[in-house]
Amino acid sequence: MNKTMNSEMKNISQPINNKTKKQKSIKRSLLIKRILIYAVLIFITFLCIIPFYIMIINATRASPQIQQGFSFIPGDQLVNNWNSMMSMSSIQVGRAVRNSLLISSITSFLTTYFSALTAYSIFMYRFKGRNFAFMFILFVMMIPNQISALGLVAIAYKINMVNTIIPLVIPAIASPVTFFYIKQYMESVLNKELIESARIDGAGEIRIFHRMVLPIMKPALAVQFIFAFVSSWNNFFLPSLILTDASYQTIPLIFNLLRSSNPATFDLGLIYMLLTVAILPLLVVYLLFSKMIISGLTAGSVKG
Amino acid sequence: MPEKKSKKVKQNIYAKWGYLFIAPFFLVFTLFTLVPLLSTFFYSFFEYYSDNLDVVGPNFVGLQNYFRLFQEGRMFRYFGNTFVIWILGFVPQIILSLLLAVWFTDIRLKLRGLRFWKTIIYMPNLVMASAFGMLFLTLFAQNGPILSFLFEIGALPETFTIDSSVWGTRGVIAFINFLMWFGNTTLLLMAGVMGIDNEIYEAAAVDGSGAFRTFFQITMPLLMPIFIYVFITSLIGGIQLFDVAQIFTRGSGNPNTTSTTLIMYLNQLIVPSKNYGMGGAFSTILFIVTLGLSSIVFRYLVPQTTSKKQKAGRVKDENRYLPMNLRQFKKENRDGEVHE
Repeated sequence: MNKTMNSEMKNISQPINNKTKKQKSIKRSLLIKRILIYAVLIFITFLCIIPFYIMIINATRASPQIQQGFSFIPGDQLVNNWNSMMSMSSIQVGRAVRNSLLISSITSFLTTYFSALTAYSIFMYRFKGRNFAFMFILFVMMIPNQISALGLVAIAYKINMVNTIIPLVIPAIASPVTFFYIKQYMESVLNKELIESARIDGAGEIRIFHRMVLPIMKPALAVQFIFAFVSSWNNFFLPSLILTDASYQTIPLIFNLLRSSNPATFDLGLIYMLLTVAILPLLVVYLLFSKMIISGLTAGSVKG
Repeated sequence: MPEKKSKKVKQNIYAKWGYLFIAPFFLVFTLFTLVPLLSTFFYSFFEYYSDNLDVVGPNFVGLQNYFRLFQEGRMFRYFGNTFVIWILGFVPQIILSLLLAVWFTDIRLKLRGLRFWKTIIYMPNLVMASAFGMLFLTLFAQNGPILSFLFEIGALPETFTIDSSVWGTRGVIAFINFLMWFGNTTLLLMAGVMGIDNEIYEAAAVDGSGAFRTFFQITMPLLMPIFIYVFITSLIGGIQLFDVAQIFTRGSGNPNTTSTTLIMYLNQLIVPSKNYGMGGAFSTILFIVTLGLSSIVFRYLVPQTTSKKQKAGRVKDENRYLPMNLRQFKKENRDGEVHE
C-alpha cells in the first residue's frame, strides 16, 4: 500500500519525489552498511572458530601428516591418537581428568550454594553490620587471588595441606563475584512478602531458604554453577603451586609439564588430542546452554 | 509508632539468621584470603627463602626486599611487558566491542541471528587459557600450519621463529587475550547501550545527527560509567596475565624476558626457591596497585544498591559525564519516569 501511495505522490509533486529519493538512498546506505557488518561478523566468527577447527581436525591425523600441512578434511587416526594419549607413561590423562572433575564439581557446588546463602543473608535480614558486610564484599571483589597466593602456599606447606584439594576447594565458599551476580538476580526475582507469608505459615528459616529461595533462584544458580565449574576446570596458577605431586595433577597442569619438552619433538596428533579433551567438553556444554548463559551474563551485569 | 517498634523486635528475632547465613563466607574469607594476605605482607619484611634443601631465614630485614625490587629494575621491565601486552589486546578489543555493541543494539539495522553471533563471540572466553596457549604454541611452531603458510606465501623469511621475535610473541599473547575477552566486553557494553533511553536517539535523529556524531556525542558520554568499569576491570585482568604467556613462552618469557609478565615473575619467586620475602614484597606492591584500581571500580558498583540518598548521589555522578543540554534532557526524562 505504501508503495502505491509513493508512486502516486511521485506524479503529483516534485518536492515529495525528492523526499522519496532521499529515503531510497538512506535505504541503500543501510543495506550497504548491513552487508559490511555481516562481512565483519563472518570474519570474526571465522577467527573464533578456526583455531578449534584446526585442533579437532588435527586430533584425527597422524603427526607426519600434520607436519605436511593443514587439511580441512579429517583424517583416520582419531582412535590411534586417543590410544597413544591414554597410554602415555609420564602423564596420565585419565587421572588428570578425574582430578579436574572432582575439584571442579566440589568447587562449583560450594561456590553456588554458599554465595546464594550469603546473598540471601544480605537480602533478607536486617542485622547490625549488614551494610558494612555488603560494602566489604564489593570492595574485595576486584582483588585478584594471585596476590594472597604466596601466603596461602606458605601456610599450606606449614600445615601439610600441599597436595590436598582443601586449599583449592574450600576458598570457593567465599566467592565475591558469584555472590554479587546472585544478589543482583535475587533483587529482581525474590519477593519479600512471599517469604513473610511463608514465615506466618510456620516455615523455619532454613526450610524457607532451601525449599523456596533456591528453587526460585534456579536459573541464576545454574549459570553460576557453570561459570564456577569452567573457571575451576581452567584454573592454572594456584593448582600449579599446591598440587606438586604428579598423582594429583589436573588438566591445565599437564600443559605445564609439556612445556618443558621441545615442541619439535611432540607427537602432534597426541597434543591436539589432548587439547581437544581439555577444551571440547566445555564448549559442548556451553553450546547446549548458551541461551541461558548469555542471558544470565547480562542479567547480573552492572547497569550503566 | 507501637507498630514500628514491634516490627523492629521482629527484625531482631531474625537477625541471628542473617549472621548465621553470612558466617561461612566471612569465616572462609578470613582463613583463606585475609590470613594469607596478611602473612604475605608479614613475610615481605623478612629474608626468607630456600636454597636447595637449606632454608634461609626468616630474618627480619625491614624494607630491604622492597629496596631490592626497586633497585633491580626487573619489576619495572615486567610491569612494562604486561602493560604493552595488555594494551595490544585491549585497543582492538574495545574498538571491536564498541562497534559490535552499537550494531547489535541498532534497531534500524535489524541484524539477523543476534543470538548466534553473541554465542560465537562469547565462546572463546570459556576456553582453558593454558590450553589456548598450548594450541597457539603448536599452531605457531616452525612446521605448524600458520608459519608454514606464511613462509609459503613469502610473508616471512624462513629464518623467522616465533620465540625469537619480540613483537611476534607479544602479539600472539595479546591476540589470544583479545579473542578471549572481546565477546565478554561486547555483552557488557551492549547492556550499557540498551540502558540508554531510545528517545534521546530519536531526538538526535530528528535534529539530523549522523551516525558518527550520535556515537561520539550521545552514546559515548552516556556509556562512560560502564566504559570506565570495563576499562579498569580489564586492566586488573591484564595485571593477572599468566596462563597464556607462561605456556606460550614455555615459562621463559622469551625472547630475553620481553614477554615475562608480573605473575610469571611472582611464579618464579615462589616455585623454585620459595622466596617468601621477595615474593611477599612483590605481592604487596601488586596489591597496592590493584587496590588503587579497584577502588575506582568500587565507586561504580556501590551506588546502585543501597539507600535513596545514595541513589540521588549516583544520578549526579552519572550526569557528570553528560554535556549540559543532555543533562537537562535526562533529568526531565527521569522525573517523568518517577511520576509514572
